[in-house]
Amino acid sequence: MAILVYVENIEGKFKKSAFEVVSYAKAIANEQSTSVTALSIGNVADDELNKLAGFGASKIVKVDQEQLKQFINKAYASVIAAAANSEQANIIVLSNSFSGKGLAPRVAAKLEAGLADGAIELPTFSGSDLQVKKTAFSNKAFATEIITADKKVIAVNPNSHEPVRSEETAAIETLSPSVDAGDLNIVIKDIVRATDKVSLPEAEIVVSAGRGMKGPENWAIIEELAAALGAATACSKPVSDAGWRPHSEHVGQTGIVVSPNLYIAIGISGAIQHLAGVSSSKTIVVINKDPEAPFFKVADYGMVGDALEIVPKLTAAVQAHKAN
Amino acid sequence: MRILVCISHVPDTTSKITFNSDHTEFNQSGVQFIINPYDEIALSRAVELVEGTDGTVTVINVGDASTEPTIRKALAVGATDAVRIDAAPRDAWFVAKQIAHYATEQSYDLILTGRESIDYNGSQVAALVGELLHIPSVSIVKKFDIQDREITIEREIEGGKEVLSTQLPVILGTAEGVTEPKIPNMRGIMSARTKPLQVLPAVDVPTLSTISKYESPAPRGQVAMVDDVEQLVNLLHTKAKVL
Ligand SMILES: Cc1cc2nc3c(=O)[nH]c(=O)nc-3n(C[C@H](O)[C@H](O)[C@H](O)COP(=O)(O)OP(=O)(O)OC[C@H]3O[C@@H](n4cnc5c(N)ncnc54)[C@H](O)[C@@H]3O)c2cc1C
Ligand SMILES: Nc1ncnc2c1ncn2[C@@H]1O[C@H](COP(=O)(O)O)[C@@H](O)[C@H]1O
Repeated sequence: MAILVYVENIEGKFKKSAFEVVSYAKAIANEQSTSVTALSIGNVADDELNKLAGFGASKIVKVDQEQLKQFINKAYASVIAAAANSEQANIIVLSNSFSGKGLAPRVAAKLEAGLADGAIELPTFSGSDLQVKKTAFSNKAFATEIITADKKVIAVNPNSHEPVRSEETAAIETLSPSVDAGDLNIVIKDIVRATDKVSLPEAEIVVSAGRGMKGPENWAIIEELAAALGAATACSKPVSDAGWRPHSEHVGQTGIVVSPNLYIAIGISGAIQHLAGVSSSKTIVVINKDPEAPFFKVADYGMVGDALEIVPKLTAAVQAHKAN
Repeated sequence: MRILVCISHVPDTTSKITFNSDHTEFNQSGVQFIINPYDEIALSRAVELVEGTDGTVTVINVGDASTEPTIRKALAVGATDAVRIDAAPRDAWFVAKQIAHYATEQSYDLILTGRESIDYNGSQVAALVGELLHIPSVSIVKKFDIQDREITIEREIEGGKEVLSTQLPVILGTAEGVTEPKIPNMRGIMSARTKPLQVLPAVDVPTLSTISKYESPAPRGQVAMVDDVEQLVNLLHTKAKVL
């Protein structure tokens, strides 16, 4: 018996979330006195695969078939379920990323497993039950879920478990599962990814701005601050509704939920729906010209003043700090 | 085209989320319930798709009788008829099994859900039903168009989007961008009262997991107000240790 962890790659490179889930699985394996088998699907070179051993994988299974080069949740779920069976894995760990959200329920349904989605802590065990904390009510609350089913799937929220190094030596095995034609009836036509930008859900620092910026023409200073910090940019809902910024930047209850180490909110009032998407950020900085803005109540650090003046100064201060 | 839209009945987005004294249940008193905002988008898109055709839009909800006002609202937006599976929704697996059971007997061309429900939000139902019905599912759909039986879908991925296509039937979890939510008009509201709402018993589903307790997030400490950017950078470096 081992713990199976599925790791996502983008064009042959593992994302941070891959190392997060491997070390999450390793922590469970230590507790359960077992080991971690990592499963990678797609074209990933061996030296990239070997990085997984550095975070606790003691066996690496690669599936590198032409038909499975691109992510198709149906087909990938079949491969993961088959690997779980052949590894006799009762616990399957993956990332609750955008792709993971489409994948984890399928894996769970195939295995009749209980699924904890959006896990934010390591699980605890009592007998054969697994208990884990996860987000609920759009981040306005947490829930503790007990999986009583024999098989357990855990989808771990990005950025909720720091990768921890744990050197193992791992052999790479190639698996060539037969793929049902019915699993492949989806054609990927195009993938558009802004490669020069930090991906929002995984970002460690997020610079977010709201209607207080007055108009899209003022976003250059937001992007400069984000560039200085190595941060992703985000916005409030009315900003993306007005077309000032793309919908993919909209955070909140009806947008993306983020939990970076640092969230800087600029010209955002702090409506409950916005807070729902950002409240699990570790540190929150609010810049607003209104000292009564509700956002200050949930902030760690606050500055009152005109964003158009403060933000360029902050960028310069960050650059000076980094230069030191 | 026959479309099934899955509707969940959730606390209004402005609701304060509190729990009963032993933290095992959501405290519903004083809470206003609405159609899950993403489901409203899904429904609006479905109504748009069948407009001027002989297509139908059925809404389905797994819930007890208290959800009927929400179902009537969906009918007012323009659904043709409604089904309520009479059971308190235990979890996404329970809901998905009910929907899959109903849909198997009906064979829809397109099934829509929201990308996630804003209460228990698992974003699970679309993929679970997809797996149970052996049809493709796409979980965070920003846009889709149908031509004959071919559907082209834009889904969200980290830092961008992916465009894919497949043949109907398919199940989608829709997000913002798919269309604008439709506001029911007077005629819609009047006709909703007499549209068919069928109540069906739930099928048995084994329990795979349960929620043992809820917690509210710990309040943050007092905000530290700072006067200049150097001080802020310094605090973020030395105290918060995020720079
Ligand atoms: C069903 C529903 C779902 C929603 N979901 C979301 C969601 O997911 N995400 C979300 O963000 N919102 C959501 N909202 C909207 C939410 O209620 C608020 O309307 C929105 O968050 C406000 O955006 P804002 O803070 O940018 O704008 P405003 O509320 O207009 O606030 C602008 C802020 O900028 C400040 N300001 C103005 N000028 C300056 C300046 N020069 N310098 C510094 N500060 C300045 C003002 O003091 C003010 O605090 C939702 C609403 C509903 C009804
Ligand atoms: N009780 C329910 N009845 C019908 N549909 C539901 C129910 N709960 C969730 N759904 C649908 O499934 C979607 C995703 O829900 P969830 O997996 O709970 O995040 C929602 O947006 C709804 O479309």
